[in-house]
Amino acid sequence: MDISSSWDWNAGRKEIAQFGNWPTSFDWVEEPYASPDGEKIAAVVKTGEMEFSVCVNGTAWENPFDKVWFLRFAPDGRLTGIVSDTGQWTLAVDGEAWEEKFDYLWDTHFSPNGKSIICAAQNGMRYLLVNNGTPWQTAFANMGHTAVSPDGSRTAAVVQTEGFKEAEIFKFQEGCFSVAVDGQAWGRNFVNAWGLTFSPDNQRVATEVRVNLYDYTIAVDGQPWPTTFPSIWKPSFNPTNGSVVAPAKTPGGWTMVSDGQPLWNGRYAQLWHQMYSPDGNHLAAIVAPKYGHWTMAVDDKPWARTFDDFVTDASFSPDSKRAACIGVTNKRHHICVDGQAWSEGYDMVWAPVFSPDSQHVAAKVEKDGQFTLVMDGKPLKNTYTKVWDPVFSPDSQNVLLRALEGSGSDTIYTRSVLPLNKFLG
Amino acid sequence: MHAIYNFVSGPLAWVAFILFFGGILYQLISRAMLAKKKDAYVYEYWNFYYAFRSILHWIFPFASTNSRKRPFLSIITFIFHLSIFVAPLFLFAHITLINEAFNVSWWFLPDGVADILTLVVIGACIFFLVRRMVQPDVKFLSSTSDYVLLALVAAPFVTGYWAYHQWPGNQIVTILHMLSAEVLLAIIPFTKLNHMFLFFFTRGYMGSEFGGVRFARDW
Amino acid sequence: MKDAAVENTQIHDEGIEKGAEKLTPEKIQQVYQKMMDAEAGARLKTYVESCVSCGLCSEACHFYLSYDKDPRYSPAGKVKQTMAVLMKKKGRVSVEFMKKASEIASTECNLCKRCAQYCPFGLDIAYVMLFVRRLCHKLGISPQYIQDTAQSHSVTYNQMWVKEDEWIDSLQWQEEEAQEEIEGLRIPVEKEGADIFYSVIGPEPKFRAQLIYQAAVIFNAAGLNWTMPATPGWDNSDMAMYTGDNEIMARIKRMHFETAMRLKVKRIVMGECGHAFRSIYDMGNRALGWRMPPVEVTHSIEFFYELIKSGKIKIAKKYEPTVTIHDPCNVIRGRGLHDMLRYVVHAICENVEEMHPNREHNFCCSAGGGVINCGPPWKMKRVNGNKVKAQQLFDAKSRGAETCVAPCHNCHGGLEDIIHHNEIGMDLKFLGDIIYEVMEKPESVL
Repeated sequence: MDISSSWDWNAGRKEIAQFGNWPTSFDWVEEPYASPDGEKIAAVVKTGEMEFSVCVNGTAWENPFDKVWFLRFAPDGRLTGIVSDTGQWTLAVDGEAWEEKFDYLWDTHFSPNGKSIICAAQNGMRYLLVNNGTPWQTAFANMGHTAVSPDGSRTAAVVQTEGFKEAEIFKFQEGCFSVAVDGQAWGRNFVNAWGLTFSPDNQRVATEVRVNLYDYTIAVDGQPWPTTFPSIWKPSFNPTNGSVVAPAKTPGGWTMVSDGQPLWNGRYAQLWHQMYSPDGNHLAAIVAPKYGHWTMAVDDKPWARTFDDFVTDASFSPDSKRAACIGVTNKRHHICVDGQAWSEGYDMVWAPVFSPDSQHVAAKVEKDGQFTLVMDGKPLKNTYTKVWDPVFSPDSQNVLLRALEGSGSDTIYTRSVLPLNKFLG
Repeated sequence: MHAIYNFVSGPLAWVAFILFFGGILYQLISRAMLAKKKDAYVYEYWNFYYAFRSILHWIFPFASTNSRKRPFLSIITFIFHLSIFVAPLFLFAHITLINEAFNVSWWFLPDGVADILTLVVIGACIFFLVRRMVQPDVKFLSSTSDYVLLALVAAPFVTGYWAYHQWPGNQIVTILHMLSAEVLLAIIPFTKLNHMFLFFFTRGYMGSEFGGVRFARDW
Repeated sequence: MKDAAVENTQIHDEGIEKGAEKLTPEKIQQVYQKMMDAEAGARLKTYVESCVSCGLCSEACHFYLSYDKDPRYSPAGKVKQTMAVLMKKKGRVSVEFMKKASEIASTECNLCKRCAQYCPFGLDIAYVMLFVRRLCHKLGISPQYIQDTAQSHSVTYNQMWVKEDEWIDSLQWQEEEAQEEIEGLRIPVEKEGADIFYSVIGPEPKFRAQLIYQAAVIFNAAGLNWTMPATPGWDNSDMAMYTGDNEIMARIKRMHFETAMRLKVKRIVMGECGHAFRSIYDMGNRALGWRMPPVEVTHSIEFFYELIKSGKIKIAKKYEPTVTIHDPCNVIRGRGLHDMLRYVVHAICENVEEMHPNREHNFCCSAGGGVINCGPPWKMKRVNGNKVKAQQLFDAKSRGAETCVAPCHNCHGGLEDIIHHNEIGMDLKFLGDIIYEVMEKPESVL
């Protein structure tokens, strides 16, 4: 069941907190974060000398910390912040710190269902991941590229498994890095490993690797493809047949390969951020069909509309039939859906969001320092000091607007459920 | 002798011109295609305004910093390059020949002036030779081919001067004059003398990068 | 002078020596041919084959001038000793030859492109030297220390093996330090939607953390909405670009720009670094298919120019000692910031004595192009290879200059060695050092 189905979807505006007042209560108020359901607004605040806390809807967490940073709401609405106390670091969830403490902790991740909260941690210069407060059994000399399985039960990271001294270049070239899944390193080392991804069934892990200084390929569960390429990007699992695809560089340009064999015919100046549609039948990616021209390609067919600066935040609709991205030309950010760019360009656009019925697309946009939401090319009448990404109701009939209205000490955080006709032509 | 003269002034001249123009075309087209395949940046960043801006600064003496630093060399190279074009193209004797063959003609230089320009070319070649042999960095950079090319450039002018002044053996020298000029024309596209036309592209590309991307002067 | 040049041929570099042990002439020829087939185009062909050996580039090079006009150091001479031979012999060269080629391309050329401004044809010798470096990378004979740096980039996405937690810790440490001086000062980490992503190079958190502190004070005083990432991608530097490992160059630039995209910033402002600017403005973006940087990139010189000109930063009292200005190649010849640099220096300093030649005709610091990153074995060759810069600094000093302003990290490293070795006795400062010193700090608690 969708997390959002339990939220209040009755149309109307609710004033949640007088955010502009907070600086009268605290010396220091950082930028606020709104909960996914819009019912809460939170910010890191200073409550005393070297004493920080988190203020939620006007009330600070009971226990202050020496430091709080990286405040983020999990998809299920829990509020997390990285906190330190007497030189030890951990994660606080809704004000409660995990029992396990570390010399350092950072890089919070959430599983899509919000059930798992994962952080990277360091103890005595050894590195490990922590899942819902439970650390890996094994720690490593270095670590990066955290990945979380779709169900949140498993974690993986690129880890250093062999030591080498400064400037010991030939030792490094023998391969000192591997991938650890749930703290368990693959038995095989690589010169490098980078982006990791779990299979949809949470069982397998694939990564981009460099097997020597020159040859790149994909390794799945520690086993590299027999074919190598001059360069490669992060792989994806095909949800229907379990094969692994990745963008790979070939003499003719970048193309999509599957289990080491060419999958697409097109050769691109660039190709990355591939994604399968929810039904697994389509594969799309951000591409540059020609040098300096960017767009999205769905099943190897690039859209005619291209952008000069870059394309980002590409996604499929829930019904797998539509796709959207942000395209930027000459610093103007456009939302582009199914190859058609909305006419209005903005100073900034956040990732476009499809409605559950796939009929509508909405996004947060910024123009001249003011923020608003746009749906299907139509903006809301008002602009705001700040807004958060729009959320469609499960029936696709309403949009949740989370906004800071007004300015200075009059700033109010509001939560509004808007019928779609609030977006003007 | 007549047969050789006819051969050199006839078929061989055709061969030379075909190699010259055909060679230039070949070099330009093959390089353009190679660049399209492997040097996409040249097309992407090429900008005619900045290209010509740079070319003009490097064609005329004293328009670039380096040129101002060596006034003598700058003047010599400028006059030298000017003369190797002007002297043969506007020489009365050459135009007469062309007129006889094709019935076209154009303005020509007084013979005295053409004579001086020829001497300038020969003098410049001697200067370049001495410079190549004496200046340590140029000497180090020079290969046999640099000396041979210099000789090949000088040859038509030396023989032309000789023939015009009707010095002993001028019949043979006239043939040698034509022959050396034909050899020179034929090799231009295939040796580093191809800077004659590639200059505009190398300079133009550098000018485009400096003007359009780096916002800095390249002169 | 000649002796110094001879001594230079005796230098032992583990990366080149040990790498060469695995090479055979056959392997060289094979790798050479593969690379020529794949990557050598019309530019390389023309740059190497159409050079008329006129020697007009020679005096553009500080190595040539500093080594008593030894022709081996003339730009065209470096091509003649490397790529020209390789192309003539179609890669049939000895292992010894390639070792020397690696040395020439990596330690005798700063890729400063000054010679491109002196060659009448605009032949790009830096491009040819980079091609040789890439061949050496493919052969595994890059100098040891710069290779180590490129390897650091490949793992950590930064230049100095800085681990993820160390980076964030440095920021938090500098924030705390700065709060002792300016209450409420913040280094906003991971602030999505900020206007500016401030990016720095690896050595800043490692050795020059005060620069982050100073930048924070400046951002704070100017009232700007800025952020720094807590993820890899914070480092804008790029030694892979200089070893010819273009794949790693592309990879780390992708991370850098995608970090900016993820943070939804409007532009990247980068610290006072030259080569990093070249990487994100010129080479790295191109390697990924971005014609220009996808997210606008502003170098500190231009940024400070904006802040001072718009009055966002006010100068309380100008810096008194006479200063001279060193123009870093990659942002001057590479981006034409020389006038803005002068505007800033004159705005913050009482007295300025120029070095000559300057602006886009400046001499490189001899550290750039990855040469300083080739490490201790090559240090003296590099320092002796820039007597012209030493002379320029002496001249400026004789006219009263006590401080040299150099808005580039590698220039700092290079000039520091030159100043020290030649006992010039001059202070070296970043623009940020002086601005921090002379600016009005509105909320200072001291």
